[in-house]
Amino acid sequence: MKGVYDKTFWGLTIGLVAVLLLNLFLADWLRGIGLQSLSRGMVALGLLVLWRTGLVSFGHALFFGFGAYTAALLQRVGINDFFVLLLAGTASAGLLAYGLGFLLRRYRAIYFALLNMAFSMILWGVIAKLEVLGSTDGIGVRPPSYLGFAFEGETNQMILFAFTAIFTYLVALATHLYLRSTLGHLTMAVRENEIRVEYLGYSVERAIHLKYIISGLVAGFGGVVMAFAVGHVDPDSMAYWPVSGDFVFITILSGSGNVAAPIIGAVVYEMIRSYAFEYFPHVWQLIMGGSLLLIIMFLPDGLWSLLERTRRKKSVG
Amino acid sequence: MTNVLQVTDLHKSFGGVVAADNINISVDEQEIIGIIGANGAGKTTFVNMVTGYMPPTSGAIVFKGQSIIGLQPRDITKLGLTRTFQIPQVFLSESVFDNLTLAYGIAEQSGIDLFKPLHTEKRAATVDAHLERYQIKEYRDMAASALPQGVRKLLDIAMATVRRPSLLMLDEPTSGISVEEKFNIMDIIMNALKVENTTVLFIEHDMEIVERYVSRVIAFYQGEVICDADTATAMQNPKVREFVLGQDKYNAEASGNNGHA
Amino acid sequence: MNLQLLAVITVDGLVYASYLFMVAVGLTVIFGVQKVLNVTHGAFYSFGAYLAAQMIGLYYGADWPAYGGFAIIVLSAVFLGVVFAFLIERGLLKYLYHRDEHIIVLATFAAFLMLEDIQILIWGMNPYLAFQPMAELGTTDIADLTFDNYSLSMIALSFVIAAVLWYALKRTIWGKMLLAVIYDREVSQAMGINVTAVFLGTFMIGAFLGALGGAYIAPTISVQPGIGVEVIVLAFAVVVIGGMGSIPGALIGSIIVGLSRAAAVHMLPEVELFVIYAIMALVLAIRPQGLFAPVQARKI
Repeated sequence: MKGVYDKTFWGLTIGLVAVLLLNLFLADWLRGIGLQSLSRGMVALGLLVLWRTGLVSFGHALFFGFGAYTAALLQRVGINDFFVLLLAGTASAGLLAYGLGFLLRRYRAIYFALLNMAFSMILWGVIAKLEVLGSTDGIGVRPPSYLGFAFEGETNQMILFAFTAIFTYLVALATHLYLRSTLGHLTMAVRENEIRVEYLGYSVERAIHLKYIISGLVAGFGGVVMAFAVGHVDPDSMAYWPVSGDFVFITILSGSGNVAAPIIGAVVYEMIRSYAFEYFPHVWQLIMGGSLLLIIMFLPDGLWSLLERTRRKKSVG
Repeated sequence: MTNVLQVTDLHKSFGGVVAADNINISVDEQEIIGIIGANGAGKTTFVNMVTGYMPPTSGAIVFKGQSIIGLQPRDITKLGLTRTFQIPQVFLSESVFDNLTLAYGIAEQSGIDLFKPLHTEKRAATVDAHLERYQIKEYRDMAASALPQGVRKLLDIAMATVRRPSLLMLDEPTSGISVEEKFNIMDIIMNALKVENTTVLFIEHDMEIVERYVSRVIAFYQGEVICDADTATAMQNPKVREFVLGQDKYNAEASGNNGHA
Repeated sequence: MNLQLLAVITVDGLVYASYLFMVAVGLTVIFGVQKVLNVTHGAFYSFGAYLAAQMIGLYYGADWPAYGGFAIIVLSAVFLGVVFAFLIERGLLKYLYHRDEHIIVLATFAAFLMLEDIQILIWGMNPYLAFQPMAELGTTDIADLTFDNYSLSMIALSFVIAAVLWYALKRTIWGKMLLAVIYDREVSQAMGINVTAVFLGTFMIGAFLGALGGAYIAPTISVQPGIGVEVIVLAFAVVVIGGMGSIPGALIGSIIVGLSRAAAVHMLPEVELFVIYAIMALVLAIRPQGLFAPVQARKI
């Protein structure tokens, strides 16, 4: 066995180096797209962990929004360090997932999906009604400081992007190692045959609970990144149900073959979205919906399967 | 002989229907026991209760000196009591090798260790040896869904034995297997289990299998044990003949044997 | 709590419940038969509202007999029911029945996104108002409070829909065939039931009910972009609470949700927006199959 240094490790590492180099030359708007891609890609990564076990959540905007609002609110009370806010947002979402997980781990199929949706809509309803939380207008988010150093404008974006990329890399790598572990392989096992897993000596519910916490953590991480990327949090763009729908969209678009898939998928999603919005502002949802339908119909295993197919062809030819 | 399993006054009812009543069974180490009985006699219910799949309404189950009432299947598995299923419970879309590797992963690791990689060279060697013991090495890389029924049964049993259980319960190991294959498959199973000194208790409909492989028979009828004796005695027991073996066949045989035809 | 408040909450709650029921019942009918949680239902609703609002505008502009406006509402819904059944069921779902249930939901989500834009392409961004049928019916005083008859008529309409569906399911050969298909698709087919036609027919009825919900509600609201997004998630909640696929469940679920929301609006406005989802989560937590789970066929 190759230990930690397998193809995925090198792929992710090369990807990180490339992104860090590109960061120096990128136009600011592209950096914005990059940040949003990493943010949504992280949530999709969390959904991938669940999806591999056969579970789909129609409510992960819950953790996304929870992480984002945690960071935004902490900033309001004077904590402005990027690392602290990122950690706090991620941890708070993870904690929420830990708590809800005791309930959610008992559910499967459509009930799991809908119960998640119900919780995300509760969060949405709470935020939208409470003045303290900025109500429907939301709260502004200032550029953070980094261990006491603060930057303005483009420099800030550049630093933000660099650190986000590094953390994304670490999270993706950790998730990859998790999926390769015995616990990670239980993912497949739980999807295929819960009875057998129990009779092999492991708790199906515990395996699902752990996945749920991981997915909550990374979704919270994505939420904090998004809060900094757009400089604003509001209930409709952080916690409303179509936000969750978009995350599932990215997961399906990406495919579940590799932890890099959701990140690549999120970039593609963000590109389609930005271009559609820019050039066809009246029909951009038509384009998004159409693309999703095409993927579902003709590329059921997502973009990653395309990559695998070309690789297989190469090795044959 | 050391006692492995002690079941006392086991009772189970679903609503008003009694599925098990007044069951008292004691199993010693290295015994090979066959459980027989017509469909619906309560055999699988018995196995389900002992392995924690469903709790009994009342009674005691003591495994190696410890009460296992109320424990989950996973806990009972860890104590060394495992089972197989009438319909093999395997991970269908995975290869035979991966099925067994995961079984070993769960058996060998616990707690934080579970975060270590599943696939290691050491484990692969262990798995290959195990596959050889059950003579399914040639199917190593085939998806479980593509296996012939007999091989799938062997895989199911192989997965149930990764923890080297002290007691293994097999639920109809030969159901769905052709007549030509059945002895061959039973030989593989019994030889593998003998090497590990596993105590075996299996449900079986096929009397040829029972007579050939077990030393003691427990017969169920309508949720109760109607006979618990060595195989030869049990086969002659009138209740067993009437309620389990079916009268016609054995009457005919019996009259034939007695020369009164 | 004084009596007047109680009356207000009851009437408001029932009006809101009938609104929810009209939207949710079509969703539950389709789920009950096809096992598809259909997100495009939100678009059936909004298209119904738009088409009815536009047609009502044209109709009353032409100065024809006033009560004809109600016929316009029903005709709009029938038209949309047929169009959407062919478009979504024949054009999309037909190809997806063998796929994972999540994928089907996501496909209807994709189709919903597309329909949202198509709706804007047809009717634009400006709100449509079609108050005439509502003005036509006047008002009633209950407990010193004035309620408009049109809203009250929604309560009556809901009960009519529930009764008709109940009768059709329990007392007609069509209902029997439908139950057979729900129980076992393959066996029904072998028995000579045209499952394709049953699916198309069911979807047509479901889509018609969704569009009727929108069309009938149109006079009471400002018809504008976003109403479909809002309504579909409410309908999900109602259907989950009542039990997915159950018509009595949709009725009871609507009433529970309608009354709780009315109570929240008048007594505890902070929770207004999420009280529905809190109930949804509670029901799922305690009784995941919903309050009135339809009988499931055992498949072994």
